[in-house]
Amino acid sequence: MSRNAKINTLLLALVAALAVIPLVFGLGDHKEEPFAGADAEAETAITEIDPDYEPWFSPLYEPPSGEIESALFALQAALGAGVIAYYFGLRRGRRQGETRALERLRAEGDLGDGAGSPRPRI
Amino acid sequence: MHIAEGFLPPVHAVAWGVASAPFVVHGARSLIREVREHPESTLLLGASGAFTFVLSALKLPSVTGSCSHPTGTGLGAILFRPPVMAVLGTITLLFQALLLAHGGLTTLGANVFSMAVVGPWAGYGVYRLLRRYGVPLMVAVFFGAFAADLSTYCVTSVQLALAFPDPAGGFLGALGKFGSIFAVTQIPLAVSEGLLTVLVMRMLVQSSRGELTRLGVLVTSVAGRKTADSAEAVTR
Repeated sequence: MSRNAKINTLLLALVAALAVIPLVFGLGDHKEEPFAGADAEAETAITEIDPDYEPWFSPLYEPPSGEIESALFALQAALGAGVIAYYFGLRRGRRQGETRALERLRAEGDLGDGAGSPRPRI
Repeated sequence: MHIAEGFLPPVHAVAWGVASAPFVVHGARSLIREVREHPESTLLLGASGAFTFVLSALKLPSVTGSCSHPTGTGLGAILFRPPVMAVLGTITLLFQALLLAHGGLTTLGANVFSMAVVGPWAGYGVYRLLRRYGVPLMVAVFFGAFAADLSTYCVTSVQLALAFPDPAGGFLGALGKFGSIFAVTQIPLAVSEGLLTVLVMRMLVQSSRGELTRLGVLVTSVAGRKTADSAEAVTR
């Protein structure tokens, strides 16, 4: 593995560790509902501060079940990941094409004006 | 950081909408200008928006025993400046408000203000400041993304504390409550976002040197870099 790939892998491993540590050490155990969403906790805090508060508008569309909600979240992540992967794939392909084209040009150049010509440095 | 639908009193909802609107309009104009002047950057713009899409869908556990998600707005703010992120962040928030019942239309203004306005500006500010003092690129990127993420959740806490001051502790009491829910939970997540943004920036440095140079993220001073840029520019 190149040094570059090692650093990238290390970065990913750190992110994974940060996500796993709270689960492994059971940091949610003191809660009634471990690892609930902070957004939902904020709603609870609002009703604690102001028990009379009634939300005055409700969502136009609500996913009918947790499964459908997680499907839509997965769709969101997949769309994003797809675009990012397309970007880097395209870039990589372009770069490989460039390198090949340059190599071909250089090979032809070498045949043409002999061994004495300075090689373009990449 | 999503304030749920209907959970801000109407006056607050309208006020945050009014506060956010000019940023989004200005952002839309700079986005259109960017695409018109540099059509080749459309793809990277798309990737920056996509990064926000992915990260804000990732709900991660935190040390406080609750879950929250990063925002992903730091990367685009560093690459394309914050106004563009006002638009891309709003698109993400709209998607979640309309399809996921996550956030909401009445709270869109407040959520846009925290995630798509303050977050990107804070991240960009920290990044630029660190760069000015000669901090290495990747360190500045890390702290920029970290600041964009964390500041978003601090703003959400302030917004809720303004709307729901604690009967005993007042604004500050409520800020403490919402801050402990949002901001403290967010610290390790902001670290994760910083690391992921560094990862993507490293991949960009490898794959898109020419683009990063044009955007001013990379500076061409080394001769070797220049040849790489021109090679890329010729074949693009």
